[in-house]
Amino acid sequence: MAVYEQTYKRYAGTLTPEWSRFLIIPRHAYRAVFNSKLFTAFYVVCFLPLLVETILIYLHHNVTALALMQVNVRELIPIDAFFFQTFINIQGGFAFFVALLVGPPLVSRDLRNNALPLYLCRPFSRTEYVLGKMSVILILLSVVTWVPQLLLFLFQSYLEGFTWFRANLWMINAIVLGGVVWVLLLALLSQTVSALVKWRVIASGALLGIFFIPTVFGAFVNEVFRTRWGNIVSLGALIKNVTAGLFGTFERVSGEIQIRDPATDLVVQIVPLLEPPLWASWAVLFLVCAVCLALLSWKVKAYEVVR
Amino acid sequence: MALPATVHEETFKPQPVDEPAVIDLHGLSVAFGKRPILKSLRGDLRGRAIGLLGPNGAGKTTLIHTLLGFHPPSAGTAQIFGYDIVDHANKIKSLIGYMPERDAFIAKMTAVHFVRLMAELSGLPSEAALERAHEALFYVGLGEARYRKLETYSLGMKQLAKLAQAIVHGPKLIFLDEPTNGLDPPARLRMIKLIREIRDSGQAHIVLSSHLLVDVEECCDEILILRDGQIAVYCNLEEERKSNRKFLMLEVRGDQKKFVEAIAKLGCEYAISSDSRLKVVLQEGVEVRDLYQLAVETQVQLRRLSYKRDSLEDIFLKAMENGYGGL
Repeated sequence: MAVYEQTYKRYAGTLTPEWSRFLIIPRHAYRAVFNSKLFTAFYVVCFLPLLVETILIYLHHNVTALALMQVNVRELIPIDAFFFQTFINIQGGFAFFVALLVGPPLVSRDLRNNALPLYLCRPFSRTEYVLGKMSVILILLSVVTWVPQLLLFLFQSYLEGFTWFRANLWMINAIVLGGVVWVLLLALLSQTVSALVKWRVIASGALLGIFFIPTVFGAFVNEVFRTRWGNIVSLGALIKNVTAGLFGTFERVSGEIQIRDPATDLVVQIVPLLEPPLWASWAVLFLVCAVCLALLSWKVKAYEVVR
Repeated sequence: MALPATVHEETFKPQPVDEPAVIDLHGLSVAFGKRPILKSLRGDLRGRAIGLLGPNGAGKTTLIHTLLGFHPPSAGTAQIFGYDIVDHANKIKSLIGYMPERDAFIAKMTAVHFVRLMAELSGLPSEAALERAHEALFYVGLGEARYRKLETYSLGMKQLAKLAQAIVHGPKLIFLDEPTNGLDPPARLRMIKLIREIRDSGQAHIVLSSHLLVDVEECCDEILILRDGQIAVYCNLEEERKSNRKFLMLEVRGDQKKFVEAIAKLGCEYAISSDSRLKVVLQEGVEVRDLYQLAVETQVQLRRLSYKRDSLEDIFLKAMENGYGGL
């Protein structure tokens, strides 16, 4: 079917492997995503905390630099599990905003323009479609969360020595798993909202709502019932607990209530406020992911069938 | 821009009987909930261009969607080029192209980017996909507009872009669902011309679903008429027209009155449309040579004798009145 020939001819060249075709979607999507200068600038800003983190790690091991800055190494933040946990939480915040900007239009745009039959009439399944759309978010978010953290962990290991690396090897698991859980949750939620709501602005609002409305509700429950079980509905709190659990810094007691004698105003009892147990946090996150997958399976179809 | 080593050069041959049918329906049924849409469809469709006709709600689009794997059959199955639509869905999808009825595109993309993406999803490597995207857009007549965003296209241009994405990977079977919907007369003619060109290239079979009989008449050699989810007629259009040989148009010169009386004696129905023209329906056992004999006996000249060919509209209306059958 050459331009000058103007006739219809079949294609019989080589074909790409079927397993790799879902990656076509992110490759084409990034062209549109990075077309926006505003988004590109924001994405660059996402790397600034990582730069700070790199500098901190470097300073710990550079005596000349410390002497020049007249800083004692003890005054610097120690490079330990809490250090990496803090930065993975900071990057998690940036990842949320990246997902908020990129996620909502991904599926909704296809639904609005009836594009799904065009994808699904090809050797390309619904699973591959969802995987492809999720890859757009997964790759973008991984690049600003657990991948650089892992590289910085290796950087720290290189500077500190093999003993430190061997002693903190478990942190690789915490960094990767903590990052992947957050990124996966964001990808699933943004895709689900995108599949349910056809309009981008409403989808973005809904995604914000999913995170903030339950958090406010949870805080209200905590306050009224003097508990921490309200956090079970707050995705942010759940992720924070899970990450802390992975880094070994999770403590169930996160506060206390002092019960005073009304007559003497003396504290007669101290009731500790307990966060939901880790297994409960994992279970709720798992449940949210399962619901998202079920909704995606329901919505991502070539055509809606009216029964 | 040519694809010398990668294209089939084979010429079209009608699907021989010993080869798998283009579409083979084995009691295919589809139901949405408890509502049956397609009811036990059976038959081998072997045509080069098959027209899919039927009134609204007859099941045309559902049949196409089921063959594309969008709806699971509730009973029975179908095969496309010998591959089962359930067991070999991916293999089938690599052989077919689909132009949906409704407006369908990917927003914020130029036409060439859109068609290239569709080609890549069909399995073409990136470079080949880009090359064929350009070629397909030139072929459908959107060469000059290929760098424009799809949202800026007119309805006619969008239809052509949909056709381009359906043919970019060079499928063996192309499903066209109402391809002339909403087109103005010149755009419609252009679309019909393209469909006929693809058909005549012999490189692909076409299934054309349309409610416009004239579109089907111009493009298709076989028709499948659906009614209430069942096959009302499946026939070769030309053969069906020829088979109705009992209805004659005559032009006579001479004593017409004497001639029609003789025809009536043979038991044939007739109608006089003018001084010299007659319409005659031959009865069982009466042949054309009997009319010649009558003409000699009554001393009239037969200046013209022709069979009335059924138009597609006649076939369609007959199918709607008569019920099911034809296969």
